Amino acid sequence: MSMMKLLRRGTPQPTATPDTNSHPTPGAVLEAVHLRKYFPLQQINPFGEPRAVHAVEDTSLALYEGRALALVGESGSGKTTVARLLARLYEPSAGTIFFQGAAVTKGRLYEYRADVQLVFQDPFSSLNPVHDVAYHLSRPLRLYGYARTSRQVTEQALELLNRVSLTPADQFLRKYPHELSGGQRQRVAIARALAVRPKVLLADEPVSMLDVSIRLDMLNLMLRLKDEEQLAVLFITHDIASARYFAEETLVMYAGQSVEGGPSDEVIQRPKHPYTRLLINAAPDPDRQPTTEAPPARGEIPSLITPPSGCRFHPRCPHAMPACRERFPGRTDLGGGHWTRCFLYGEGEAATPARAPSSTPAQVEAQQTP
Amino acid sequence: MNQAPPSPPSQASQVSPAPQAAIPSARAKPHTRPATPRWFALLGNLWRLLTTNRKIATGSGIVGFFVLVALFGPLFVHESPLSYTLTITQPPSAAHWLGTNQSGQDLFSQLVIGTRSSLFWSFLTGLIVVAISVTVGLVGGFFGGIIDDALSLVTSVFLVIPSFPLAIVAVQYFNHSTLTIALVVALTNWPWGARVMRAQTLSIRNREFVTAARASGERAWRLIFFEIFPNEIAIVAASFITTTIQVLLAVAGLEFLGLGDTTTVSWGNTLYSAYSSSALLQGAWWWFAPPGLCIALLGSGLALLNFGIDEIADPRLRELKRRARSPFGKALGRLWNRSAAPAEQSEHGQSAEGGAA
Repeated sequence: MSMMKLLRRGTPQPTATPDTNSHPTPGAVLEAVHLRKYFPLQQINPFGEPRAVHAVEDTSLALYEGRALALVGESGSGKTTVARLLARLYEPSAGTIFFQGAAVTKGRLYEYRADVQLVFQDPFSSLNPVHDVAYHLSRPLRLYGYARTSRQVTEQALELLNRVSLTPADQFLRKYPHELSGGQRQRVAIARALAVRPKVLLADEPVSMLDVSIRLDMLNLMLRLKDEEQLAVLFITHDIASARYFAEETLVMYAGQSVEGGPSDEVIQRPKHPYTRLLINAAPDPDRQPTTEAPPARGEIPSLITPPSGCRFHPRCPHAMPACRERFPGRTDLGGGHWTRCFLYGEGEAATPARAPSSTPAQVEAQQTP
Repeated sequence: MNQAPPSPPSQASQVSPAPQAAIPSARAKPHTRPATPRWFALLGNLWRLLTTNRKIATGSGIVGFFVLVALFGPLFVHESPLSYTLTITQPPSAAHWLGTNQSGQDLFSQLVIGTRSSLFWSFLTGLIVVAISVTVGLVGGFFGGIIDDALSLVTSVFLVIPSFPLAIVAVQYFNHSTLTIALVVALTNWPWGARVMRAQTLSIRNREFVTAARASGERAWRLIFFEIFPNEIAIVAASFITTTIQVLLAVAGLEFLGLGDTTTVSWGNTLYSAYSSSALLQGAWWWFAPPGLCIALLGSGLALLNFGIDEIADPRLRELKRRARSPFGKALGRLWNRSAAPAEQSEHGQSAEGGAA
């Protein structure tokens, strides 16, 4: 029932995707502009060229109040790294994060985390096995000064548990993580994030570790919270169907590069980039007619230490052209907020030079994350 | 734990047709006492922890006995342990339960009163050692980098300092007090625990729940002591007990060599006086045997606790618990099987016969 309602929701108004100059988009709660992250590797040969894992390459995204952006891609595409960059568990190697229009500078993590919270992928490891549910919920409440006495803590913890539909709430307060199911744990993890009363919720594959039968429940819960609290949500997933169900906008990543983005219905129903097509073909859909339009791509996600030059998808792309090997195309606007970065649709504006990173890791090396 | 049992009234009505008036009171009862069940549950857990594992049960029994003696023993001893009497070198008797030594001092009161000092110094030094090693290990393992390098270097340096010879030298140089011995032993014993704690912290600090706690805004010291440390309690307990054994032996050993404070009463000092008065040659076994046995018994009690904690902390060892490992245990197991197997067979036989009939 709610599914139908959700699908009937009007297409969101096209949002101006962040432009190339480092200026915040008006209205965006949290925005990342040209975000890059390299993880330097241990050098064995001191004279060798410094090497790094190129986890995220030039990704820009914006989150708006009460709306969700889905970040889609297969394992190793840099989705989780983006979430952790936005949660500031890692410092970006390059690029800027804007929070409510102001560039986020180093430090001041406490203030930042009062508004931006992360929900982890695996609820079996994101809760401390030696602490009970009440402890997990009490910490953010006390840290951010929402509750001072233990009575207030209990009251608010019960309310949080009710909000994530863990009822009867008083039965869950004294439970330890090992006494809860995966879905219940993930609800506790979400409640912990909500305890901070954030404006932005970064959900890193919140349902992928859960049983299929309770995924829809979790998605509905998060949708309800998003609407009720007007949260800006970054929803990371490898399941393109849940991206369409959950998020107004979708951004597709491949091997650290963002290849296509726009309103979810648009991106998923009329995918342009060959990789997005591959992803959508991989999702099972009983209604889809078998297509022979494009031969399936072969191979697997490339090494991120020595990534392919140009567009990183070119070794697997059925439409690869010589230009793809040389440089990564710029953004081609397809109308209605839908864009892609693929030579099939033109050069795009301000194409980035081929493989900029090889010079960058050196300056980046110092910024190893804690 | 503190919620109401689902349906006490229905159970009551099942057992016997209870009068209607009893039902509301049965339902109201759990709400009137919210805190007590949790207490009971905690005590119950503690009791179960102490009794389910045989090693822990034995070990805590032995250690508990000595702790009780140390706490309350002196109240029951009326004879001063150091007062000289004329009844010298007497074997155990009703008047002197463990006999007397060459100076006519009552050995039973020496043993009982000595328990306090021996236990006190062992546990105190054990605590100091654990405090140092936990702090160094946690801080080094958590922060990594230069802090870890520096702390590891210090740890390695202290690791190679020989404890016993240094204690002998230090006691000669400073004074013959138990405090000196305890400090030297503490100073030379912490690196082992620190290395173990560091290794464990290195593994736990990268676990997701630590990252999650950091992402929710926890500060470093909270992450160390409230997220990581509780996961290492078993190791800390084991390291505390190991250290306590070492300290017990080191202090007794130094006192036996006459390097302790000879004005105090302790097991080691009794052993020293027995040795220096050549009690062995006199055949005065009641002089040196009881303190020696006490040291051995307390040591094995602590060691049993240690093994028990290992078994409880490690699920793989918990599995093994059922199997017999020592030759004695194997023999017991075989005996058990032999006595159990025929019974089983006969039972089967009977049931088969019964079926046939």
